[in-house]
Amino acid sequence: MSTAAPAEHDHHEEHATGLTRWLTTTNHKDIGTLYLWFSFIMFFVGGFMALIIRAELFQPGLQIVDPQFFNSMTTMHALIMIFGAVMPAFVGLANWMIPMMLGAPDMALPRMNNWSFWILPFAFAMLLGTLFMDGGAPAAGWTMYAPLVLQTGDAFPFMIFSIHLMGISSVMGAINIVATILNMRAPGMTLLRMPLFVWTWLITAYLLIAVMPVLAGAVTMLLTDKFFGTSFFNAAGGGDPVMFQHIFWFFGHPEVYILILPAFGIMSQIIPTFARKPLFGYASMVYASASIAFLSFIVWAHHMFTVGMPLAGQLFFMFATMLIAVPTGVKVFNWVATMWRGAMTFETPMLFAISFVILFTIGGFSGLMLAITPADFQYHDSYFVVAHFHYVLVPGAIFAIIAGVYYWLPKWTGRMYSEPLGKLHFWTSMIFMNITFFPMHFVGLAGMPRRIPDYAVQFADFNMIASIGAFGFGFSQLIFLYIVLRAIRTGEPATAQVWEGAHGLEWTLPSPAPYHTFDTPPDPQLIVKEGHS
Amino acid sequence: MGQSSYYVPHDTSWWPIIGSVGLTSLVVGASILLNGSGGLGQFMMLAGFVVTIFMMFGWFGLVISESMAGKYSAQVDISFRWSMSWFIFSEVMFFAAFFGALFYARMYSLPWLGGEGSGVMTNEVLWPTFETVWPSNGPAEIGGDYKVMGAWGIPALNTAILLTSGITITWAHHALKANHRGQLIMGLFLTVLLGAVFVGFQAYEYIHAYNDLNLKMTTGIYGSTFFMLTGFHGFHVTMGAIMLAVILVRCMKGHFTPENHFAFEAVAWYWHFVDVVWLGLFIFVYWL
Repeated sequence: MSTAAPAEHDHHEEHATGLTRWLTTTNHKDIGTLYLWFSFIMFFVGGFMALIIRAELFQPGLQIVDPQFFNSMTTMHALIMIFGAVMPAFVGLANWMIPMMLGAPDMALPRMNNWSFWILPFAFAMLLGTLFMDGGAPAAGWTMYAPLVLQTGDAFPFMIFSIHLMGISSVMGAINIVATILNMRAPGMTLLRMPLFVWTWLITAYLLIAVMPVLAGAVTMLLTDKFFGTSFFNAAGGGDPVMFQHIFWFFGHPEVYILILPAFGIMSQIIPTFARKPLFGYASMVYASASIAFLSFIVWAHHMFTVGMPLAGQLFFMFATMLIAVPTGVKVFNWVATMWRGAMTFETPMLFAISFVILFTIGGFSGLMLAITPADFQYHDSYFVVAHFHYVLVPGAIFAIIAGVYYWLPKWTGRMYSEPLGKLHFWTSMIFMNITFFPMHFVGLAGMPRRIPDYAVQFADFNMIASIGAFGFGFSQLIFLYIVLRAIRTGEPATAQVWEGAHGLEWTLPSPAPYHTFDTPPDPQLIVKEGHS
Repeated sequence: MGQSSYYVPHDTSWWPIIGSVGLTSLVVGASILLNGSGGLGQFMMLAGFVVTIFMMFGWFGLVISESMAGKYSAQVDISFRWSMSWFIFSEVMFFAAFFGALFYARMYSLPWLGGEGSGVMTNEVLWPTFETVWPSNGPAEIGGDYKVMGAWGIPALNTAILLTSGITITWAHHALKANHRGQLIMGLFLTVLLGAVFVGFQAYEYIHAYNDLNLKMTTGIYGSTFFMLTGFHGFHVTMGAIMLAVILVRCMKGHFTPENHFAFEAVAWYWHFVDVVWLGLFIFVYWL
């Protein structure tokens, strides 16, 4: 056991209770919990919107919602899932785990940490409030391309400002994570002894600091084009609508790595534990993550191959994009090599992790197909694109978050979840997820465009299958909610190490982790023993 | 510098949630105002502004009192340094978006509108008489006739002012480290003064642009980039000058020691940042 002697901590366990505790807390574990529950709620809100989309697409023709509302659903589903579900979930995991993994007493700036979280509920209240406004919620897609987005009704400024607020929250959260990692490591926790989850978050935080302000700039220009008569995205005034796409995707492409790098980190924690082997190629994992982050800044225009770019631009962005497959391949190779000849067991986190490796790779391959400029002319704005990014985001980002929750829940709550129910959740999620998104490859290649409420009859069968899968996947997540609540209330007590093969400072703490941990740093010998090298 | 262990506030803080309420009220009010309901929008903006200012006074006051009480160790100081550095970097990226827009318009969209490049039909089909020039308000001449803002009048003077203010704040910093209070306060006072003169000149320039040059935000891409870049920069200079003024008051109260004065340095970094951004503006917006 480390320096986390119980006697020392009982003294600190006193804290505010009730609503006051949650509104005013400066504790990284409380704030992590807030982020995770917020993300969970947004996951269901965004999921509900996805089910409206799939219900409408169950059959050709217009059945349930009018086209404008359908477009609002696709737009809001994306904004909520990206900024409300996946990003806050990762920040929640970072808040809970990074200080414990580094042997730090808390995040570097605890009050600002509270503010990073408490901006989010307000931002999303604004965004969701647009559903009830004149002209409806934003419906021009989450990418907000000008000039279409300028036709948004009363929702427009609310959407812009809610994005500003989310950006402020993200940048403050990212700065806090960078300062924590660079300055709060316990003595002996050298950079190359840090767990991979910490490394990937460090790199993600840099991406956030670099690109969220660019998004803020882009939406500010939309705001002035709409209300103050500027001509940034108006060709008649010497601007260019395509310019918005460039600025947006300069943010947008690093953003997709913001949505996946922490997932890579979670995988690199879970797979060694259940393979009972150290992570294969630790240093190469770090360098691969950094390479992916660097490349993410010079590939953005592959989202816009069809807008009419000079040939040199198309070639550059095609080759740069394909280059990303190299460090990503290193990572997949390392995960597989970690499992190679390991003494593997298949608890729920590991099941999600293995399905991540396989299904994320499928999403990576369809990404490689999309990177090929001449082929992309066919795939662009089709359901093939929808299939691609849902393969990297659902069994990618979301499965990694779910795996992380199963993996660390015993540490947070001191109780185990039900393994049979966890396996049920895994198998239903994994099967229904594939039923939902795999057929989208076929309808996309056959020419079905995305973001439409109605479609030609030849796409009917696959759409019906996808909709059935979507409802199955959606309801499977209720099992997840039940499992988490049940574990918190009546789960079996967990040990400190929880998993037989788990290594790292967080597993040397009791379960549940005390309210304040590592008020004094752990023994450097412990870091060497629990670390990678 | 205070304690050896890292200061973690184990008590709670209401300031963040107050800040959230303030910011939200501010932007919801702005949204309502932009959608055309002035009264309610203005009230909410004002309320949000007041609450946000209240939060800043309270929160910063708390941090100052903790700092004065010696609660911050050298390690806390490093957290502040990393955080301020990366905050400034995020600000650089915010300006990069607008500089990107400027460069894109000058390098790509205007030449394409003028018929350059292959496969670009806009010129041929829509505006066959348009020829690429900079500055431009576009082929439709949005905003009508205007005159260009020259570089060698007020803007050159403002460049000299900001560069001088960079020198005066460095002088003040050296004085602080050498414990020369008189020079410190003089240097800082001059910096604040130069900042205020800069903002005053910018305000005069805007009035001149609107009244005499017919150069407005609505003057096509030239007016858009001109006012967006100089406007956000002017806002940052104003913020920086207010921050400097706060530091000046703190210097006069004797808050800082030659060893321990990160608040001063953070504001000095920020000031140098707005200075460097101005150089970019002077070169690419006014001069070239």
